[in-house]
Amino acid sequence: MPVISRGFTGRTRRDVELPPGQYLTEDFPVLSAGPTPRIDRDRWEFAVITDAGKRHQWTWSQLLALPSEQVTVDLHCVTKWSKLGTQWRGVALDTLLEDVESAADYAYVHAYGGYTTNLPLADLLDGQAWVAYEYDDEPLDAEHGGPARLLVPHLYLWKSAKWVRSIELTHDDQPGFWETAGYHNYGDPWQEQRYWGD
Amino acid sequence: MGRLTWQVATVAAITEETPSASTLVLDVAGWSSHLAGQHVDVRLTAPDGYSAQRSYSIASAPTAGSVEITVQRVPDGEVSGYLAGIARPGDQIEIRGPIGGYFVWPPPHGDGGAPVLLVAGGSGIVPLMAMVRARADRTPFRLIYSVRGPGDAIYAPELSRRVRDDRGLDVAYAYTRAAPDGWHGTIGRLDAGRLAADGWPADFRPNVYVCGPTGFVEKVADLLVAAGHEADRIRTERFGPTGGKA
Repeated sequence: MPVISRGFTGRTRRDVELPPGQYLTEDFPVLSAGPTPRIDRDRWEFAVITDAGKRHQWTWSQLLALPSEQVTVDLHCVTKWSKLGTQWRGVALDTLLEDVESAADYAYVHAYGGYTTNLPLADLLDGQAWVAYEYDDEPLDAEHGGPARLLVPHLYLWKSAKWVRSIELTHDDQPGFWETAGYHNYGDPWQEQRYWGD
Repeated sequence: MGRLTWQVATVAAITEETPSASTLVLDVAGWSSHLAGQHVDVRLTAPDGYSAQRSYSIASAPTAGSVEITVQRVPDGEVSGYLAGIARPGDQIEIRGPIGGYFVWPPPHGDGGAPVLLVAGGSGIVPLMAMVRARADRTPFRLIYSVRGPGDAIYAPELSRRVRDDRGLDVAYAYTRAAPDGWHGTIGRLDAGRLAADGWPADFRPNVYVCGPTGFVEKVADLLVAAGHEADRIRTERFGPTGGKA
């Protein structure tokens, strides 16, 4: 039984269902561990490196030439805010991985600036993940991960690596930046998997 | 590492730091200490079962059995408004933590003896104050603290005392709207000149911690990178929305 805090009533209850412990915000807060990297689109590239060591690579113009999707998704940040109905455009990982042969089970994601995160490869497939480059019909701001970020909205937002640079496909799961700093290895907001042991 | 469970915390004391910020001393029976810079999750539950959670930086130096948080009241803040307005000594809340293994001093991967630059905007001072309070050795610390006016400065008397008594701690204020009487410096946002004058040269390879509102942290981190500081020696913690289009 939770402890009742004397005198706490809370806000008006809302009708929308949010994952446990989350609150709704209309803002778009920014969470980053360091300075925002500024990446020139002319020099930007994105790569998938398979477990066999094969490198599949896209320049900015090659990425834009791929079929893109407009998606409307809810975001859930481990710092407790949720933002509903956000609009993005990007290329589905299904598209990027279409011609990639791999027997890997895990993905280790690298970002410009050195950030890393990890997730099962299955969570990147079947219309669950995108390399997104537009937010609200505008080019994605650097603060929010532009030129392009990973978008995996069914997991806490730290899995949606800003400034995504490459995805390594691996046989073994390797914890990334926050996953080694106390945060949950998988991060399902509906299971409230925030921290180690949750 | 074990599960971070919710623990009952009893408010032992409340100190008003500014008209809109209060420090709560929380007694937690099982609190096993923390690192300077870490935060806790706070959960409040209403009689009808409704609950709300928020994260707050820890203000106190590592100690067992108790922990202090400083809460800035935000407009419409259902949790901050309770903690820095309604709560009284003896009231009970729930906390879990400590959380976060990166925005901490000493840094997680060694080099704890390098000089430290702390840059705070508003209530972003809280985790940086934990670092100032945790500093027991001679690690040289410089703190640049940006506030709107003197009345908004949290911990000002303690910082003055520590500058006098603690060796190797310098504190410089930047006032963005109003300065105290007798202030001879400029009034305005932190700029490259102020960061160079009151911080450390990049050559000294300081460990840098920047905490404050998103726009403030973005600006300061960009200026530090432009001044030659290595990006991976700049740790940041941002709160609130982006300044421009949400």
